[in-house]
Amino acid sequence: MLDALLSGDYPRSRALSALLLLIFVSLAFAPFLFPGTVAYQTYSKICVFIVLVASYDILLGYTSIVSFAHTMFFGIGAYAVAIALRDVGTGWDAVLLGTGVGLVISLLAGLAMGLLSLRVRAIFFALVTLAVASGFLILTFKLYTFTGGDDGIRFSVPRELRPSFKLLESDLTGFDVIGFLTTGSLQDALFKVSVNGRVVMYYLLFVICTLLFLLMLRVMNSPFGRVCQAIRENEFRAEAIGYRTVYFRTVNVCLAACIASLAGSLMALATRYAHPETFLSFGVMVNILLMTVIGGMGTLYGAVVGASLFLLAETYLQNGLGWVHARVEGIPLLADVLTPERWLMWLGILFVLSIYFFPKGIVGQLRVWAQARRARRSAGGDGETAAAPTLGRR
Amino acid sequence: MTTEALERTKTFKPAEWIDAQPHYFLLLLMGALGFLAMIFYSWAHLAELGAEPTVLGALGKAASSWLTMTVAGLAMGLLIFIMASGMTLVFGLMHVLNLGHGAFITLGAFVGASALAALSGLTQADSLLVNLLAIALAMVAAMLVAGAGGLVFERLIVRPVYHDPLKQILVTVGGSIVILQLIIVFWGPNEIPVSRPGSLLGSFTFGDVVIEKYRLLAVVVGLAIYAGMQALINRTRIGLLIRAGVENTEMVENLGYRIRLLFVAVFVAGSALAAVGGVMWALYDQMIHSHLGDLRMVQVIIVIIIGGLGSITGCFYGSLLVGLLFNYLSLVTPMVAEFASIGLMFAVLMWRPQGLIPVIRV
Amino acid sequence: MSEPLLTLEGVHTHIGQYHILHGVDLVVPQGQLTMLLGRNGAGKSTTLRTIMNLWRASAGRIVFDGQDITRLATPQVARLGIGYVPEEMGIFGQLTVEENMILAARSGPMDEGRLNWVFELFPALKKFWKSRAGTLSGGQKQMLAIARAIIEPRRLLIVDEPSKGLAPSIINHLIDAFTQLKRTDTTILLVEQNFNFARSVGDNVAVMDDGRVVYSGDMQALAEDVALQRRLLGLSLDSHQ
Repeated sequence: MLDALLSGDYPRSRALSALLLLIFVSLAFAPFLFPGTVAYQTYSKICVFIVLVASYDILLGYTSIVSFAHTMFFGIGAYAVAIALRDVGTGWDAVLLGTGVGLVISLLAGLAMGLLSLRVRAIFFALVTLAVASGFLILTFKLYTFTGGDDGIRFSVPRELRPSFKLLESDLTGFDVIGFLTTGSLQDALFKVSVNGRVVMYYLLFVICTLLFLLMLRVMNSPFGRVCQAIRENEFRAEAIGYRTVYFRTVNVCLAACIASLAGSLMALATRYAHPETFLSFGVMVNILLMTVIGGMGTLYGAVVGASLFLLAETYLQNGLGWVHARVEGIPLLADVLTPERWLMWLGILFVLSIYFFPKGIVGQLRVWAQARRARRSAGGDGETAAAPTLGRR
Repeated sequence: MTTEALERTKTFKPAEWIDAQPHYFLLLLMGALGFLAMIFYSWAHLAELGAEPTVLGALGKAASSWLTMTVAGLAMGLLIFIMASGMTLVFGLMHVLNLGHGAFITLGAFVGASALAALSGLTQADSLLVNLLAIALAMVAAMLVAGAGGLVFERLIVRPVYHDPLKQILVTVGGSIVILQLIIVFWGPNEIPVSRPGSLLGSFTFGDVVIEKYRLLAVVVGLAIYAGMQALINRTRIGLLIRAGVENTEMVENLGYRIRLLFVAVFVAGSALAAVGGVMWALYDQMIHSHLGDLRMVQVIIVIIIGGLGSITGCFYGSLLVGLLFNYLSLVTPMVAEFASIGLMFAVLMWRPQGLIPVIRV
Repeated sequence: MSEPLLTLEGVHTHIGQYHILHGVDLVVPQGQLTMLLGRNGAGKSTTLRTIMNLWRASAGRIVFDGQDITRLATPQVARLGIGYVPEEMGIFGQLTVEENMILAARSGPMDEGRLNWVFELFPALKKFWKSRAGTLSGGQKQMLAIARAIIEPRRLLIVDEPSKGLAPSIINHLIDAFTQLKRTDTTILLVEQNFNFARSVGDNVAVMDDGRVVYSGDMQALAEDVALQRRLLGLSLDSHQ
């Protein structure tokens, strides 16, 4: 059954499996494990970004398309829902309408992008998407009466998703894991969880994101996905064998676009706010890129690991930098460099280092180590590797 | 050759000329369309402008605004050219896409601004020559810092990924982030105003034509840099090596030249050029901030795609086109002006995907 | 045989995961023209490229004039006085014929006398001096490629299949050129499939098969031994024009 669920694409590394399980369980029970608004925002964002980054991995890792316009689809999904809920009504029909419209527009945009990628070479294409993304951002600002411009759009969500809505009359109890680990007090670790609209929102998010991720696993491990990998390895050869690479590439781009759009719609619903900074900025695009590469390109699981680690670090590690900063306060240059505000610089350095020393990303590297271990064990040390895995190559 | 053959070579076929010299064609087209747009605009706004309602009067108004906009467009275009030329040169020779180019533009702007601030004695003098000297010194400072930065960047970030376009894009973006953060470390996160030296403030006015003094300087500097680059590429031995290297790097090595050294030199030059562009833009915008380079990068990218990756001539004409288009449109239909260059890029891509002057096969 | 100018000892080359050269042993004597023959895919071009370090030798030694050049970078190998004319010729099509030659004359302005000699060998180059090299015909490009390698005196010329795809009249032209070159005491290593060409100019011959040198010796001896020809090259070389 696990085989069908994961579409045969196993983690293939015990460390990775453990990590993935940890992340999945943590997210599944998040409202009951991590109290507070900051935590809520973080784990909601993690769910969304896992899906968003996975959709980008389909482009980057599975089809070798470098695009800087992925945030465009993310934003389209978000703004479509925001505008629908602002102008049409606050019911579920508006939600579905907005999501649907966002999907259609993203699909069309994805089609255009796919067709464009055929006309120009990869390097050109990456540059063109950069220009298009910036153009789209400008458009969003220009049409401010429609999109709210610099202020964004605040909107109300359906009743069931509002904090005032109570699904269960009585509160449930949660267990604050982090608190327990830091203070050691069992009593203080228990906290009340009011099962309100926010919790409903989160589980809606969680379920849909899980389904979308499993969908992506299925598609990329199907015969279709296998051909995509063949195209990635050697496009000319694939074409010569008889596969119309045009078709596969375009389908991939459209799939990625639609999923990114859905992610955007979900994120907007969760935050009740659509703003260029959160959905369309180049900063978000760079973050997606970082998460994909650090997690591991072409693995899909890399998105899970990359998004989780990155967003946790973004929210909580800055405190770590602050701690270090307090200790180097006096020293002139060091103090300016080791400060939470320069978090992005350290990330950039980490990013560059990881491309050189861990080009396969965390997931890829874990799998390589696991395979090496298996080879040593099975061959008894004569160095020959076992048969190459046949499913989900990386 | 027979007389018939001679006759044949003399006939002018428009379609062939357009194909052979697309940059001239587009430039002429744009100038003409711009002029027509001005006529239309002047005619439509005659009542507000309170001008004489005669055809001649309208033409006069149109000509004046056209001239003003054309100079503004050329100035802006040439500023973009200075910023873009380094990137297209590096790509043409080394096939390296340096998305960190924007960071060097920003770096140049900040170093230049600091230099100008330090040279306030010179910038506040009344003499044009003294002011120009200050700007020149600021440029030199910017070039030195950016050149050194380029040297380090090439060695650490670019060299390990010469043959991998995907990794190039990724690491140069990463490196760019680090450089920008370092700029914030040294200069702080806020915007810094930059004032133009005294003799470059204000404009020349001839009737209805208004030409900003600084824009005129930008045109002169831009043209000088273009002429300098053309001379270097076409008349020197190094230029010969660059042109040969663009075609076939391996053969240049077979002939005994250490082209890797040339790569480094070109990369450093490209970064220095970016810095000069940054200084010029800082004085143009009169404000610098850490996103300066990244914002310009969008136009840089559009321009090098239109011109053809690797072609300096193409970059030159592409920049002029973008500058002119933006300025013509900002008078007539400002809403569209900012997207116009993206539209132009797509139009050129549909027509000639390899750019106006192809160097690299697409 | 005179002193060896170039020696390859047990040279192996891998390209990616493919093992192309399986221990090449080759001696190129000074002042003579050595032919490198063999079927397609025998590894002749790979050998030349390995000498120039365009492909790194994974094992073995390459000695030029007493100096170990196995690990030397390509430009430095060229600077030792080795002129390489690759199979694809490597003509810079966007540059003029003149500019191609200027580049080839590394040490400075071209020697007038030498240039005139080159023009005598290849008159077409003088005619198209200011034309873009890309507009030349195949044969003319080949002449330019060779001219570039000889515009300055070189200790060793390495030429890869110069007659490929050329008309017989031009091939005869090349034979004349190489014969003249030999008189200038230039050592030449020539890869060829055209045995008529080979026989006309070659002093020594080495035959390659499957990434190894399987026979080396005097050209005359091979030309007279038809049975040996058949064995090494698969057909009688007389019929191979």
